[in-house]
Amino acid sequence: MVTQGHATGFLRTASAVAAKDLRVELRSREVVYTMTFFAAVIVVVFSFAFVKDQKALVEAVPGVAWAAVIFAGTIGLGRAFDREREGDTMRALLLTPAPRLAVFAGKTVAITALVVAVEVVALPLCLLFFNVDLGAAVLHLALVLVLGAIGFAVVGTVFAAMLLRVRSRDVLLPVVLYPILVPMIMAGTKATGALLAGAGGEAWFWTQFLAAYDAVFVIVALWTFEALVIE
Amino acid sequence: MALSRVAVRKVGKRFGPYRALAGVDVELAAGEVCALLGPNGAGKSTLLGILSTLVRPSSGEIAYVEGDRPRALDDRLRREIGLLAHASLCYGELTAVENLVFFARLYGVTDPQGRAHALLDEVGLDARARERAARTYSRGMLQRLALARALVAGPSLLLLDEPFTGLDRGGALALGQRLGQARAEGAIVLVVTHDLEAIAAVTDHVVVLRRGQLAHVEKRRGFGYDELRDLYHRHAD
Ligand SMILES: Nc1ncnc2c1ncn2[C@@H]1O[C@H](COP(=O)(O)OP(=O)(O)O)[C@@H](O)[C@H]1O
Ligand SMILES: [Mg+2]
Repeated sequence: MVTQGHATGFLRTASAVAAKDLRVELRSREVVYTMTFFAAVIVVVFSFAFVKDQKALVEAVPGVAWAAVIFAGTIGLGRAFDREREGDTMRALLLTPAPRLAVFAGKTVAITALVVAVEVVALPLCLLFFNVDLGAAVLHLALVLVLGAIGFAVVGTVFAAMLLRVRSRDVLLPVVLYPILVPMIMAGTKATGALLAGAGGEAWFWTQFLAAYDAVFVIVALWTFEALVIE
Repeated sequence: MALSRVAVRKVGKRFGPYRALAGVDVELAAGEVCALLGPNGAGKSTLLGILSTLVRPSSGEIAYVEGDRPRALDDRLRREIGLLAHASLCYGELTAVENLVFFARLYGVTDPQGRAHALLDEVGLDARARERAARTYSRGMLQRLALARALVAGPSLLLLDEPFTGLDRGGALALGQRLGQARAEGAIVLVVTHDLEAIAAVTDHVVVLRRGQLAHVEKRRGFGYDELRDLYHRHAD
């Protein structure tokens, strides 16, 4: 059998895994619908819950937007790894000569894409129901949310991979994940709040903080994946 | 490139206090089909898991030898190993072709599309079925796909865990022939099975496990079905 040495390279593997995950998801749309619906429900319910002078409270927007993204993301994350359990395909992935880091990088990319898809629906809905007009700052907010999606996917993949063989992983995953995400959620809500208040300088500070957070966890992921998954 | 010999040396495996394998010694050689027999729970799948590199033995070791040099347990070694397990190791949402193309890519196979179709021809999954999602397959069809997946990179160590499960008569015959072909090509083949009739003709080497320990080992070119059955009753029951 002819095999190419370079073919199991990092990018090739990561893109094959990401494309596979997204293709599986597009077939059923099960996860992306569930996630989006869940995020939309959070936005709508809170827009009626947080009311002052018969208007939805703008100050609630950062919290609502980030809660929607994180909770919806957790659903997607759980499913992305459950799917690898159905035909024991996680074992099949680990059996290949492909670098393990690349396999997990591919899954991270797919989860990021799902979370971004949720944000594309949740953000306009949030602005609509809370009656906010951000003007050009909406692009900055989009950047903040994408950085959040990346951070969530990287940290989420690290912990989902760690809990792969643990039976109570469904319960454990949010328990270990959310505390680690606290700095990211804090920075994300601060950046969002600053943008709503028109404080561009402060928003940039928190945006950089988010980027740094993402970078740190990419490095942590590099360390952990190779060692993680052997029984 | 290809492995010439695999030596299982004093391998033991514990799950907590339970001993699934203890002191197992087996020599597997290129161009031989080894039938790994034994009752349920004897430790056969555990031994296959250890040979596949994904399960770490609690004691002992496996030597993977190429020519006369031992190979390190690394990514490149995994390219030489093909596993058919109890689970299909395939994605239910994807078609047979998509599954094989995906795994062919991860193994760095040239022309993944061509390879996928060639393998599906070989295992006899018909043209219409291979474009349907694998979750719609019957047990036997899924087993054919699982076999194709195990063969995708042309492994020199082929590990098959109850591969005859769900196959019809034609499928079982074809699989028997495929094992003969792998043997002729110089692969190391290890088959766990309870279908002694299907395996007898191509067997060169019989290993019987009982409660995690070797109960019997015998090497000979070709076994009769009756011989194999008697041997099993004598050593496994
Ligand atoms: N992950 C595991 N945890 C605990 N016990 C296990 C595990 N895997 C296998 N065993 C036990 O080890 C023994 C051998 O199992 P296995 O190798 O699957 O047997 P076989 O394939 O010969 O039927 C069985 O008693 C089984 O319950
Ligand atoms: Mg078994």
